[in-house]
Amino acid sequence: MSNSFWRTLSTHAILICGMIFMSAPVYIAFMSSTHAPETLFNEGLQYWFGGHFFETYNEVLFVEGGVMKKVTASRMLVNSMILGLGFAIGKVVISMSAAYAIVYFRFRLAVPLFWVIFMTLLLPLEVRIVPSYEVVAGLGLLNTHTGLIVPLIASATGTFFFRQFFKSVPEELLEAARLDNAGPLRFLIDILVPLSKTMIAAILIIMFVVGWNQYLWPLIMTTEETSYTIVIGIKQIYQVLSEGGELPQFQKAFALTILATLPPVLVVLVFQNWFVKGLVESEK
Amino acid sequence: MSTLTLSGVNKRYDNGAHAVRGVDMDITDGELIVFVGPSGCGKSTLLRMVAGLESITEGEMTIDGKRINETSPADRDVAMVFQNYALYPHMTVFRNMAYGLINRGMAKSDIEAKVRETAKMLRIEDFLERKPAQLSGGQRQRVAMGRAIVRSPKLFLFDEPLSNLDAKLRVQMRIEIKRLQRELGVTSIYVTHDQTEAMTLADRLAVINEGLIEQMGSPMELYSDPKTLFVASFIGSPHINLLPARFENGQLQVGDTAMAGFDALPQDVPLMLGIRPEHIAPHADGAFEISVDLVEQLGADSLIYGAVAGFNGNEPHELCVRAGEASQHLPGERIKLNFEAGRAMVFRQDSGERLI
Ligand SMILES: Nc1ncnc2c1ncn2[C@@H]1O[C@H](COP(=O)(O)OP(=O)(O)O)[C@@H](O)[C@H]1O
Ligand SMILES: [Mg+2]
Repeated sequence: MSNSFWRTLSTHAILICGMIFMSAPVYIAFMSSTHAPETLFNEGLQYWFGGHFFETYNEVLFVEGGVMKKVTASRMLVNSMILGLGFAIGKVVISMSAAYAIVYFRFRLAVPLFWVIFMTLLLPLEVRIVPSYEVVAGLGLLNTHTGLIVPLIASATGTFFFRQFFKSVPEELLEAARLDNAGPLRFLIDILVPLSKTMIAAILIIMFVVGWNQYLWPLIMTTEETSYTIVIGIKQIYQVLSEGGELPQFQKAFALTILATLPPVLVVLVFQNWFVKGLVESEK
Repeated sequence: MSTLTLSGVNKRYDNGAHAVRGVDMDITDGELIVFVGPSGCGKSTLLRMVAGLESITEGEMTIDGKRINETSPADRDVAMVFQNYALYPHMTVFRNMAYGLINRGMAKSDIEAKVRETAKMLRIEDFLERKPAQLSGGQRQRVAMGRAIVRSPKLFLFDEPLSNLDAKLRVQMRIEIKRLQRELGVTSIYVTHDQTEAMTLADRLAVINEGLIEQMGSPMELYSDPKTLFVASFIGSPHINLLPARFENGQLQVGDTAMAGFDALPQDVPLMLGIRPEHIAPHADGAFEISVDLVEQLGADSLIYGAVAGFNGNEPHELCVRAGEASQHLPGERIKLNFEAGRAMVFRQDSGERLI
């Protein structure tokens, strides 16, 4: 009895500490973003609401020159959204088709090819960034959404997950479909995709967040402000804000940070049910 | 409504397993053929070759006289019911049944009518909007049947369709399958390892052992006139009694009992005497004596189990006798038995060939 009381207490204490530790910076950033630049400059970080919420966020989001030289935060949010969605959807489509080929078309090299794909885990973008840049630049895709997304969408992890899932689908389902005159494409669309939908949802969500948070690749390959993603915006804003010898506009940097964290948080909150389902159960 | 012929059909898997060895068979229009044999004997393989799900290594298959070796499963126009039903889990019962028709480009209104008619026949019309997960085992089984029937195929193929059901349901569905098959008149192949199921369903059955057809014929033919030891021991419940024997001095020597009335049997070859439990009866002057181990009262009759005297310990010498309901023997009792010598069978132990 008392044993379980102390246990409950200590586990909760640990969890609460962890939660404070993780969310305090976000809280401080949010509070600070609602103050005037003078307050921040004079008094440092703020722990409670100031009166400049609408002013700051309006300027950051909608006023040209309010945050960067030209591009607004809403434009950067759109860019990030395109990157996040393109990244996630691209990964799902590519890895699903790869896994489909590997599992269902028994061609000679299926197994070695799978391991080759799997080994690309050892070659993340950071390692091959120079050649990748070279290729994308050569194709004239710098500062484009295509150039931003395509080099990132091959996914060994995704292929692996789909492969494992497809292997667990009973063989008889394929056989029944063959007798029902469903060709390979029909089988994929009518049967495998619906069966994997929770799995697809889970991968989409994870990959959206990963894509949204991409840093190095967008940093290297976007040179024009209009193609900045919001994460790159955060990096660049300090340069922009401290130029010209004016008072640094730290509240805007904080506001940008908050704006950058919001969409992934919302996606995870809204889809968390699907997400958990996708990881723990499947309809087979 | 179709005929199917197999000639010299062989299957070798890539790993070298020779699962089907030279099968010849003619199946006539509307027949229900049962493939029966122990697990791993190749019955599923043979069925799946008919379906087109496995390639044919050697030999030829024809449906209605047309070679189908190279025809894709869908174009063979056969329907299969799988052991685990293989229903599409994300589709409603209606969609499950309609899927094959949709893929064959049938008009929507026709599909609707056809599915409803079939569902009615199988008494699943109330479940059409449910998903398979919301159905009981028996209902899923019906849906699986419905999916096959709705297509009006040339052949029905069943691969142990009842083995996931409980005993009572199994008997019910067995009767129903037989009835439906009669009504629809569709040529069918049914695979099972359960000899009772095989006997009750089949017009003709094929007993398969290690990829070979041991014997093919009507259930009664196989029961009363098995050609091999394997068929004799596989068909019949309770099993046929088998006692090791030798032919010496013009008599059949079984344990320390000599049975007369056999001749022209090879000497010096281990033989096996086979006799069905109903062809043995307690008799005051019987030649065999057993000590009763167990009596099972089945109501209409009773089964007496016991060990035959006069055998050394490591030879099989257990015996089962089907006696009338009146038999009131107790465990431990010694009783004398008479064999109907005319109904006894004699096999070679080495090749399994039947001699008498
Ligand atoms: N895909 C396969 N690859 C290799 N060997 C197989 C395969 N399927 C079945 N076999 C072998 O073929 C034999 C017959 O199998 P199967 O037809 O499934 O038997 P049954 O249905 O009578 O139990 C078995 O020995 C089995 O191990
Ligand atoms: Mg089988």
